[in-house]
Amino acid sequence: MADKSLELFDAGHRACGGCGPALAARLILKGCGPHTIVTVSTGCMEVFSTPYPETAWKVPLIHSLFENASAVASGIEASLKKQGRNEHVICICGDGATFDIGMLCISGAFERGHNITYICYDNEAYMNTGIQRSGATPYDASTTTSPAGRQSFGNSRPKKDLPSILAAHGAPYVATCSVAYPNDIIKKVERAVNTEGPCYIQVHAPCCTGWGFDGKKTMAVGKLAIETGLWVNFELVNGSVEKAKKIKRRPVEDYLQEQKRFRHLFKPNRNDAEIAKIQAIADVNALKYGIDI
Amino acid sequence: MLQIMEGSHAVAEAVKLCRPDVIAAYPITPQTHIVERLADMVADGELDSEYICVESEFSALSACLGASAAGSRVYSATSSQGLLLMAEVCFNVAGMRQPVVMSIANRAVGAPLSIWNDQQDSISLRDAGWFQWYAEDAQEISDFHFLAYKVAEDNNVLLPGFICFDGFILSHTYEPVDIPDQESVSAFLPPYHPVIQLDATDPMTMGMYATPDYYMEFRYEIDKAMTQSAIALRKAGSEFKEHFGRDYGELIEEYRLSDADFAFVALGSVCGTIKDAVDEMRKDGKKVGLLKIRSYRPFPAEEIKKALSGIPLVAIIEKNLSIGSRMKGAVGLEVKDAINDSGVCVYSYIIGLGGRDIRKLHIRGVYEEAMKGNGDTFYGLREELL
Repeated sequence: MADKSLELFDAGHRACGGCGPALAARLILKGCGPHTIVTVSTGCMEVFSTPYPETAWKVPLIHSLFENASAVASGIEASLKKQGRNEHVICICGDGATFDIGMLCISGAFERGHNITYICYDNEAYMNTGIQRSGATPYDASTTTSPAGRQSFGNSRPKKDLPSILAAHGAPYVATCSVAYPNDIIKKVERAVNTEGPCYIQVHAPCCTGWGFDGKKTMAVGKLAIETGLWVNFELVNGSVEKAKKIKRRPVEDYLQEQKRFRHLFKPNRNDAEIAKIQAIADVNALKYGIDI
Repeated sequence: MLQIMEGSHAVAEAVKLCRPDVIAAYPITPQTHIVERLADMVADGELDSEYICVESEFSALSACLGASAAGSRVYSATSSQGLLLMAEVCFNVAGMRQPVVMSIANRAVGAPLSIWNDQQDSISLRDAGWFQWYAEDAQEISDFHFLAYKVAEDNNVLLPGFICFDGFILSHTYEPVDIPDQESVSAFLPPYHPVIQLDATDPMTMGMYATPDYYMEFRYEIDKAMTQSAIALRKAGSEFKEHFGRDYGELIEEYRLSDADFAFVALGSVCGTIKDAVDEMRKDGKKVGLLKIRSYRPFPAEEIKKALSGIPLVAIIEKNLSIGSRMKGAVGLEVKDAINDSGVCVYSYIIGLGGRDIRKLHIRGVYEEAMKGNGDTFYGLREELL
């Protein structure tokens, strides 16, 4: 069992106040413990935590490129195996690096069955470059490359179902969690790093800057995503749902109204048709994972 | 003891003797025989390496980077499109100063698709921060691998390196090669002990980002290390001679240059053809010679200037095309710069691209064009197709 009081992600980094991913990093390392080697992708986390000559990381960390963290981790794992070492090898990457540009490397690493844990901090767009749409951006979210406009309601596609894709690779353990439920992250990461084989964890990490909400509401917004069914915390063990967090669901607009990225659904006029489509996404989630109480 | 073997297998034998901890590879013609043979060695327990069958060249080099950063000696091999797919990682590996060694079976780059030889692939990556050595024959390819790890892992260098050799012409040709025994290779090349590595007992952050206040000094240091690699190669080359009898103490090789009034300059297997052509032309009374460039990066400008001193006409045999440049060949530009004498005529000849055969008659033809004052041009174009 990892010592949960250890702070391995140090203070003084340069994330925005209320940054979900920074909180995720801190909690992830509590789950892994100090006997861990981390690879990160290019992105917000790397930039706010490793400006030379400073680092926020109290565990060994390597950043190579945007899209290759899982391939770098494959090499680290092979090297450790050859040397008879047993540090946990984990990747911490954003959703752009995971859902989009890094997909090839991830698929390869999972198919080969490396003993690594890949953790995506999912803030649902390319935040480091200025809030552009990714394959993780939810339906109707307005981003700088999927802006709402006179003929657009924002992002026109639903979020890619990456947990299912990686479970289909034969990953023994796939889980989703949220910074709004800190102990759940720690528990799931600890389980993943102690499970043999490639494991995947997707952490919902609200981005106050990119989503457009006050930084003091990060936890509240994260909770609303769960309570509306737009984000489901679940565990897939060998491809089957072992557990999903049950809730008494609220309407999706409780979550949407908190964020500027969905503002166009309410102003200047309320768009009932689009809100209904988002409600339908939550309803499908609820049915699929059986989360309704 | 000399053994007859395919060039690719000579590479695999040399790599095995270097004892890499991790091999990550992806198939591409004409490199594939190397990694197939290494896979056989691992499967038969002759080679104790972790062998990662990656899903792309991009991941091959990325995995090598990770394994190297974790403290392992690593190996990969590629060609052409594979090398270009790795390009982003190549710059990264050099920037992170990881002593990765990679064999490049040189192949043309598409489009049009060509599996045959020229040197466009590695020459296109000349500024990536990897040393680049070009081999003339299977013996050089094999020996270069021992030297490459020795130089790359030198604490004054810590840079990755390409061992380049012409695809098919060398990779698929059988030649007599002297493969040393493990004991003598181990005496020359001890196990890799990294200065820094990813280690949970001594945490360190690698691959940080650098603001404008810091970035340039990192680049300066890489360039300095590349200069150091020339010194390290001369030292390792001399040491190699003591161990194995073959001399790689110089970054260039001079062939019948001392009294020449015309010099060919080339990289790689074509040097063998040129040497034969030079011998024949000498019989005809033409005072010609060859300057073979072993190391393209670092570029041995001083040595080239010295070797070509007093020779008024120089023809570069180029298996690359620097599209849009005046001389058209990447090597010629730097040879001309090294000579730095307006009294010397330096011409590039783009020849043999995409595997078109280069024979002695073509070398003679280049000589004749140069004597007529025609240079910085393609040689051997099929006019009827233009």
